Amino acid sequence: MMRHLISAADLTRDDAVLILDTAEEMARVADRPIKKLPALRGRTICNLFFEDSTRTRISFEAAEKRLSADVINFAAKGSSVSKGESLKDTAQTLEAMGVDAVVIRHGASGAPYRLATSGWIDAPVINAGDGTHQHPTQALLDAFTMRRRLVGRDAGLGKDLEGKRITLVGDVLHSRVARSNVDLLHTLGAEVTLVAPPTLVPVGVETWPCEVSYDLDSTLPKSDAVMMLRVQRERMNAAFFPTEREYSRRYGLDGDRMAKMPEHAIVMHPGPMVRGMEITAEVADSDRCTVIEQVANGVSIRMAVLYLLLGGNEPAVTHTRTEEK
Amino acid sequence: MDISSSDEARPVLEGPDIARVMTRIAHEIVERAKGAEDVVLLGIPTRGVFLARRLADKLEEITGQKIPVGSLDITMYRDDLRMHPPRALARTEIPADGIDGRLVVLVDDVLFSGRTIRAALDALNDIGRPRAVQLAVLVDRGHRELPIRADYVGKNLPTSLRETVKVQLAEEDGRDSVLLGAKRTAPAGEQ
Amino acid sequence: MSKILIRGAKVLGGEQQDVLIDGSVIEAVGTGLSAEGAEVVEAGGKVLLPGLVDLHTHLREPGREDSETVLTGTRAAASGGYTAVFAMANTFPVADTAGVVEQVYRLGQESGYCDVQPIGAVTVGLEGKKLAELGAMHESAAGVTVFSDDGKCVDDAVIMRRALEYVKAFGGVVAQHAQEPRLTEGAQMNEGIVSAELGLGGWPAVAEESIIARDVLLAEHVGSRVHICHLSTAGSVEIVRWAKSRGIDVTAEVTPHHLLLTDEMVRTYNPVYKVNPPLRTERDVMALREALADGTIDIVATDHAPHPHEDKDCEWAAAAMGMVGLETALSVVQQTMVETGLLDWAGVADRMSVKPAQIGRANGHGRPVSAGEPANLVLVDADYRGAVDPAGFASRSRNTPYEGRELPGRVTHTWLRGKATLVDGKLA
Repeated sequence: MMRHLISAADLTRDDAVLILDTAEEMARVADRPIKKLPALRGRTICNLFFEDSTRTRISFEAAEKRLSADVINFAAKGSSVSKGESLKDTAQTLEAMGVDAVVIRHGASGAPYRLATSGWIDAPVINAGDGTHQHPTQALLDAFTMRRRLVGRDAGLGKDLEGKRITLVGDVLHSRVARSNVDLLHTLGAEVTLVAPPTLVPVGVETWPCEVSYDLDSTLPKSDAVMMLRVQRERMNAAFFPTEREYSRRYGLDGDRMAKMPEHAIVMHPGPMVRGMEITAEVADSDRCTVIEQVANGVSIRMAVLYLLLGGNEPAVTHTRTEEK
Repeated sequence: MDISSSDEARPVLEGPDIARVMTRIAHEIVERAKGAEDVVLLGIPTRGVFLARRLADKLEEITGQKIPVGSLDITMYRDDLRMHPPRALARTEIPADGIDGRLVVLVDDVLFSGRTIRAALDALNDIGRPRAVQLAVLVDRGHRELPIRADYVGKNLPTSLRETVKVQLAEEDGRDSVLLGAKRTAPAGEQ
Repeated sequence: MSKILIRGAKVLGGEQQDVLIDGSVIEAVGTGLSAEGAEVVEAGGKVLLPGLVDLHTHLREPGREDSETVLTGTRAAASGGYTAVFAMANTFPVADTAGVVEQVYRLGQESGYCDVQPIGAVTVGLEGKKLAELGAMHESAAGVTVFSDDGKCVDDAVIMRRALEYVKAFGGVVAQHAQEPRLTEGAQMNEGIVSAELGLGGWPAVAEESIIARDVLLAEHVGSRVHICHLSTAGSVEIVRWAKSRGIDVTAEVTPHHLLLTDEMVRTYNPVYKVNPPLRTERDVMALREALADGTIDIVATDHAPHPHEDKDCEWAAAAMGMVGLETALSVVQQTMVETGLLDWAGVADRMSVKPAQIGRANGHGRPVSAGEPANLVLVDADYRGAVDPAGFASRSRNTPYEGRELPGRVTHTWLRGKATLVDGKLA
């Protein structure tokens, strides 16, 4: 049994549903006068951020503080890391200071896995996004948002996303959000379709548990949720697509396209949005767009993950990841 | 606790007894609270919640007014949180008007060590400031480990530590009863 | 005592024979040879091969003596059964002048553990822009005949053409590191199913294959010979096979690790598996083995690439590429080629000694085990089974992908011109 959360692919269906159910209870704390629970009192969590990501860091910090943990924020910028300190030395230094768990964001794919498996430190490791690999808490908060909207808050308790049709649109190649979502949504029984220009779909995608389409318009009417992935303008310079205009025209979501979606279908975005590129203001500001909900749900999901991994004497989440895999 | 494996489990309260004691407790609450105007019933999951709802119904019968009822999950306030894997959370549902300035009656099925109630008092602390807090339990089996006592007791049940008390309620278990059984013999040293 | 009698050795894996060494030369090979006046080494049925020759070794000196020196590298070579190694040019400074190659050559002579033949850089500073003084390096004391920018590809087609042409004047050969640079920007591992899952930058097979295709056609056009370093894909095998069938003068090498390991290992994110070219798929591994067996791939070369611990004890992206290989090469070849029935021991001698010596013009190496030949020999206990323990390596570096893995065979003795460099598994 491992004590880390590295990849959404490591979660079983029951683990994932337990996390979503727990997050549903955590969400209710936000409505209380005292938004605090004592579960992690006396535990020190370090947010080890080698990549700038204010929103993810704040989300974890809010979750940690609501669970009464002591929080240390470590940003690589301007730290010993910028003076050439290795990941190993940084992590060992923090552990020596009595850190009980490490939440890590790193630009290198696999850095959290390495931290969790190399014997450098004993503390549990939670992946807050690594390179173009995984971002499991993002996938969980997305699934949580979908379950609330498409199944129901209380009606969703104990349930997965069986049969829901989810479409992810955009830069799949460079997206840890896409990888995590494909893994988790598949585990939860959803049918996933990736839509992107062929240049932004990885070679090797054929083994993923999802469909791939190059045509957004034909996919929209068959979608219960459409998740727009951020597309960085710089990709244009590396010839992934000709111009921003052509990208928007073929793969951007505007009001006309949104109208092709079923009545109940929602629009999601992991943020930060590039308005005018992958999503128009009309869509971003519509009632069907859950981007703000996703942010709120992020705190609840992270509280749930932290509680289930660190709240007891051993994790309640039973996922395993074996070296042989 | 799996009662079916305990041969000697015997009922100490049956369905009608439970209904009777709940009615009695409801009357006692009305009497001590001089009416029940500011009473809020909070059940401790799982079976305390069902008992709280039953009490609320009885109180409504007696007083003719709707009594706010909710649930209070104490999981994260347990003092043995770090001694087990994290437990799934239960629902905390505070009535819309809150608990500030009200008389909160905590409702649970069995009062034993008192640790659950201590946790409930801590949990209440994070939710508001009641005028007073009282405790109603279906069964008090003794063996307190903390200075806590119940205000309303359905049945005082002297037990030994070798015995188990199991409450079954129709809402969860399909029938009402309180069973007294022998603890399955644990290997030496486990206790 | 200048005579050594190796008694009861299976020469090239054949019948047991005795081999008598006198001074630096094999005096006799036969049965029942007299031990009079000779030190006797009881081979007891071990396999006797000509000393191995590695056409692709990184000795790191000058410049990165923290990872390897000529001395430690040649000690590792002797431990692995090698009597000659070709030292790659990507040192600091780069071996792109007569001065640097002579320095490496002299350090090799001083070490005494194996012959060191420096490889000269093709272009100044390995920058791919301007030809280095190839003739001067050839005429130097080092007598360089193999030129390579290994670590970097000579990607400019014109520079490659000129280099191929130019070295014809003195029988040289260009060894190409086939890696199209634009297709491998940010590349971290083989591009395919595993890279898609792990989110590591993909290194497509076509980046290697397109350069090989271009270079064999260039070699054909200018009538030169070309050598392909560390060929790693099934597609590359097809191109080389096609080129040979057209009569193009191309030779190719494969590393031991590409004969054994696949990109599935990268799932551990352990940078000990990070190497250039990257580990490929099972299908590629099988194609490489087959090509080595049928002669499409001519030789095994280690690409021994020592790195200090800290360059591997980190996250994948930050890690250096490369693996040490001299001390495990023969065991890996035994496992992947001999025990699979693809090659016999004579075939191993051909791919790891005879052919590499021919390609690199290493005189006195890769010779038959027969009377009158230089006594460059290696004795292998092929029945040995044991887990690889890097702590026992002679190399200064420990970045082996085989730590704890059970591999067959063990080199017990190595002789360099009759002088024992390894005795009973211990360096002399």
